[in-house]
Amino acid sequence: MRSRSTAWFSCGGADARIQPPAPRIIRAVTGLDLGAVDWFPLWLSLRVAAIATVLSLAIGLASAYALAHGRFRGRDLLESLLTLPIVLPPTVLGYYLLVLLGRSSPLGEIYESVFGGPLVFTWQAAVVAACFHAVPLLVRAARAAFESVDANLENAARSLGASEWRVFRRVSLPLARRSIAAAAVFAFARSLGDFGVTIMIAGNIPGRTQTMSVAIYDAVQSGDALLANALAAVMLALALSVLWFIKTAGTERAY
Amino acid sequence: MLEARIEKGFAERSGSAAFDLSVELAVGDGVTALFGPSGAGKTLTLAAIAGFVRPAGGRISLNGRVLFDSESGVDEPARNRRCGYLFQNDTLFPHMSVRENLEFAGHGLDSAELHRRVEEAIERFRLGRFAARRPEQISGGERRRSAIARTLIRRPELLLMDEPAQGLDVGLRRELYCTIEQVRREYRVPTIVVTHNLDEAFSLADHMLLYSGGRIIQHGSPREIYNRPGSAEAARLLGIDAVFDGEAKGVDEAAGLTRLQTSEFAIEAAFVAVNPGERVSFCIRAEGVVAVPRNGSIPERHAAVRLRRARQEAEQVRLDFVENLSAVVTRETWAEAQGAEDWTVEIPVEAVWVFPDGRGGR
Repeated sequence: MRSRSTAWFSCGGADARIQPPAPRIIRAVTGLDLGAVDWFPLWLSLRVAAIATVLSLAIGLASAYALAHGRFRGRDLLESLLTLPIVLPPTVLGYYLLVLLGRSSPLGEIYESVFGGPLVFTWQAAVVAACFHAVPLLVRAARAAFESVDANLENAARSLGASEWRVFRRVSLPLARRSIAAAAVFAFARSLGDFGVTIMIAGNIPGRTQTMSVAIYDAVQSGDALLANALAAVMLALALSVLWFIKTAGTERAY
Repeated sequence: MLEARIEKGFAERSGSAAFDLSVELAVGDGVTALFGPSGAGKTLTLAAIAGFVRPAGGRISLNGRVLFDSESGVDEPARNRRCGYLFQNDTLFPHMSVRENLEFAGHGLDSAELHRRVEEAIERFRLGRFAARRPEQISGGERRRSAIARTLIRRPELLLMDEPAQGLDVGLRRELYCTIEQVRREYRVPTIVVTHNLDEAFSLADHMLLYSGGRIIQHGSPREIYNRPGSAEAARLLGIDAVFDGEAKGVDEAAGLTRLQTSEFAIEAAFVAVNPGERVSFCIRAEGVVAVPRNGSIPERHAAVRLRRARQEAEQVRLDFVENLSAVVTRETWAEAQGAEDWTVEIPVEAVWVFPDGRGGR
């Protein structure tokens, strides 16, 4: 499935191809022609991570609120399932997902009949993979945030006639907002970086399912250090901005 | 009218002993105080009525509406109970202004009515100056007024207040009592106040339920309970330490007297129907005891006692004697006594109270 790698970028030197108006300085310093780099993996990763973060927020907030407040059957089971991806090796997780969501599995068939195509080895599968990293992270952070909301505030809202949904939307969520926002940014960053699960269920199809992490692996495998450096530098910059964002957001007032 | 029978038990856990609440109460108009030491189940009672805690058994009804019934499985959620709840800490929503807090409570009203009620509350409770501010930006007294105003927006049928004066200084406490008085006058909503402060119960309540160890051991007006505690336990909860066990020596119905004998002393109390030889327990109220510094001989009807300690209070001095008796003297008497350790006391019949529950027991 790889590797046309060398075909979709050119590496400095005497290459006579048309130069796009890319930063010439970078090119001069690193010898890497950024304009010729295929940035598809970056856009794909950003898109996958964004969708995964939104999906995970929905799943994570609902589960976290239930875990923080509910006394229901299967609570421990839900909690264990949501923690499992943290301790399970990504390849194992990816393998099981491949079995579970593959074209011949019941879930895979349902997906195919609804969406008209298989899930595995599509970019949507990369979203699923990313969710498995983002959800546990969000659940843990959001649960701690919900549990730190003064239960008396929620009871006060109830005694003022608020339904459970209104309590959640107007009291619990706004008061937990800051921690949850930080967790969402964190989850976004984590979603950008999945490798193991993505490669198992989404594969490494350049221009279709090749995310940043996979592309970096690919570049290293094909001995393209400059490309690997460029992509890795972008990831590092993203990671640092995420940390900076969490830090500055966290130092503002608590709500 | 609230009628409640509440049963709830907690098994022993690390850090807290087993506890079991079993109370039955009926609360009508005016202010009812739940008085008792911490951990007696007062707040738990309130939370069960409000619907924050589900009792293991019992029945709660408010104005004929069943809020909870373990037998028929009724358990109205808190939002439908029409009980206003004032928490120890104000629980104003910190992310909303005072006005938004009031508006939150009026959810579901049509907007004209909501506006009318919010404006009315702002005016009545003098919130106008800071209605646009967040709770963190206003003072403790202002927060307390805002929180009370918020509970009234929905026109609750019952108001529940958990230690409302907690953490307020003396001035704010008085202001709070005025506000509660105002609520009682203007809204006429039956109110239950949890308190472990006897003065607070006296200033606020028409009716008092005395809590101890998850039970209600006595009820009545605060004055009634204070003057006629039903048992040695009740007396101790009311701060009366001079509790004695003894035996009835005889009764003199004509003179209206009962003679009591403990292992230490003999004393006369007002007439109570006891048989000679019956065990009784009784208390001697400090306010009724006459104490004078010993000056040579012991006057008639006086007994010699020895001072253990003197406690200065705002208007008077409370003397505790080695004999487990207490007396209250004026500041002048105390000043003249110049720290004397030997005193004599006279115990008039009115100062002695024989517990109805103490008779024949022990």
